[in-house]
Amino acid sequence: MLELYETNVSSRLLLGTARYPSPTILADAARASKTEILTVSLRRETAGGKQGGAFFEMIRDLGTRILPNTAGCHTASEAVLTARMAREVFGTNWIKLEVIGHQDTLQPDVFALVEAARILSADGFEVFPYTTDDLVVGERLIEAGCRVLMPWCAPIGSAIGPQNIPALRSMRAHFPDIPLIVDAGLGRPSHAALVMELGFDAVLLNTAVANAGDPVRMAGAFAKAIEAGHSGYQAGLLEPRDMAVPSTPVIGKAVFS
Amino acid sequence: MKLIVNGEDHDIASQTLAELLLSLDYEGDWLATAVNGEIVHRDDRDAFVLNDRDRIEILSPMQGG
Repeated sequence: MLELYETNVSSRLLLGTARYPSPTILADAARASKTEILTVSLRRETAGGKQGGAFFEMIRDLGTRILPNTAGCHTASEAVLTARMAREVFGTNWIKLEVIGHQDTLQPDVFALVEAARILSADGFEVFPYTTDDLVVGERLIEAGCRVLMPWCAPIGSAIGPQNIPALRSMRAHFPDIPLIVDAGLGRPSHAALVMELGFDAVLLNTAVANAGDPVRMAGAFAKAIEAGHSGYQAGLLEPRDMAVPSTPVIGKAVFS
Repeated sequence: MKLIVNGEDHDIASQTLAELLLSLDYEGDWLATAVNGEIVHRDDRDAFVLNDRDRIEILSPMQGG
């Protein structure tokens, strides 16, 4: 089981709800992934519009926990207000805190992130910060009240997979007791298996599933890869070595000449 | 009274935030509201009096990653 702010979940896949070809495919992909946590957002509702309500009812029917995000916010104050509005709508203290700092890479503004995390933690929120793989920023987020860290492994939606494996390994070593969730940059099930083998506790996916040729099948593929990577890590992986080591014992080998 | 609702100018006679939502045909318990950058909770909308040039944000759930 994975414990996130005193809540236990069995699935180690958190799934985003954006960019699917249709609401039906989103619902089927969510079920195939066996996720217990779906991320959602808030946007301006047009006058008389009921789109948000219809979407919310569909998500509620899936029966998972909801992790609202502050996507699109560029300042701490915007993110704090969005988080408070999300709490009003979704009735949860959980918030995936995003404060974007760079328009091309969608890299988090880690300074504003720490500031917003401190304000929201003091206000009773349980913050899931979208951060970089920087250890010092991680320390500051924990000081600010975060008890989960969600580092990127590559830019959002890039699908290029882990770009700095030593940094991810350092994070795992440096924060042994903090749940670490890779958020952003994964493209393939093998990428997810790799970060789980590094000892990460979970992954958060959206584009890699939603934009796949068959999102439902891809959701299932990721679920298997994540479970395999996690089991592999727990089973104790061998350290690679340069030279061959015979797997068959040589003692007692027959001598024919 | 001139109000800015979700970035658009409106000329509306509503005195309170609850009246504004009603006059623009917003309904449902999935809406979140803010005025001039401060959240206005659901239970406070009836009593929240609007002023000329107030900036009102009305948000609802949508897909997100």
